[in-house]
Amino acid sequence: MNPVNYLYLSALLFTIGAAGVLIRRNAIIVFMCVELMLNAANLAFVTFSRMHGNLDGQIIAFFTMVVAAAEVVVGLAIIVTIFRSRHSASVDDASLMKL
Amino acid sequence: MNGVTTLAAYTTSTGEAVQFWVLGTVAVLGALATVLMKKAVHSALSLAGTMIVLAVFYLAQGAYFLGVVQIVVYTGAIMMLFLFVVMLVGITAADSLKETLKGQRWLAAGAGLGFGVLLIAGIANASIKNFQGLGQANAGGNVEGLASLIFTKYVWAFEITGALLITAAIGAMVLTHRERTEARATQRELAERRVREGKQITPLPAPGVYARNNAVDVPGLLPDGTVSELSVSPTLRGRGQYRDVSAESVAKVAELEQRSEEASK
Repeated sequence: MNPVNYLYLSALLFTIGAAGVLIRRNAIIVFMCVELMLNAANLAFVTFSRMHGNLDGQIIAFFTMVVAAAEVVVGLAIIVTIFRSRHSASVDDASLMKL
Repeated sequence: MNGVTTLAAYTTSTGEAVQFWVLGTVAVLGALATVLMKKAVHSALSLAGTMIVLAVFYLAQGAYFLGVVQIVVYTGAIMMLFLFVVMLVGITAADSLKETLKGQRWLAAGAGLGFGVLLIAGIANASIKNFQGLGQANAGGNVEGLASLIFTKYVWAFEITGALLITAAIGAMVLTHRERTEARATQRELAERRVREGKQITPLPAPGVYARNNAVDVPGLLPDGTVSELSVSPTLRGRGQYRDVSAESVAKVAELEQRSEEASK
């Protein structure tokens, strides 16, 4: 098997995540799809690292994970706050800046 | 000798190929389930499965540290945080199937398909000829190699990351913390408000106090045998998780009345 297949898998997962962000209306699931896209990018980075024989790709993937952790914390806090004020986690309902 | 090593690095072992095709299928199915499942909990669990498969792929590709971190941080911390929020938010938050933009779903699916074709065709066209493998880079240990890079070449990014994490922690606290602006209502005030509004003065009816069922998911019955919706917690009602035994017990009562009538004759 050619290791490039990992890149194809990564592209496929990224695509599924992107389509999910466009299709779903529930903010939590949209957020999960964003996480899926980040993970797909990480897989590509790790594969590139193996391809080029140095560890820089893995470092970038590591930083992506840290940023994803920070993003999840803030994003979920925002979702919880919106849910408190609007009693809905749908992205369509949060169409106004003010309640 | 040189030709053999290049060949070994260019194609993977049969074991890895089998692992890739089996687990790759699982990963894609998990991703599809994440997008297509109706309930947020099922989506979260599918995504956790996909992430574990990705961790195995990292381990197979020589990224040992990242493989472990993927399991600990992603499936261990981030997905559990998702599950907590699903518990807080997603109980009654079923996805509305009403489209606000007409045909948006199909357009989005089409756009996704086009994007995927473009991405995969791009990779297929790229001339990826040499595959070096991590044997040399991992010679002194994967963790040691990463550490020496993080603390030399990427030390500035690493420090910025610390600032980012602190900002995120404070941001989450600021966003979710609520300052109480008025005093908490006392019991007397609550009682007075109940009487003034006159909606439900008495306490709510208790759930399922029958001879057979005494569980919170069994609604209490009103004197005429119909179900009292108020007796089941709104969370269970929202999930549709209550057992309606009214028809059954009404039939039983009717039968009993009939028998006692016959006995008295």
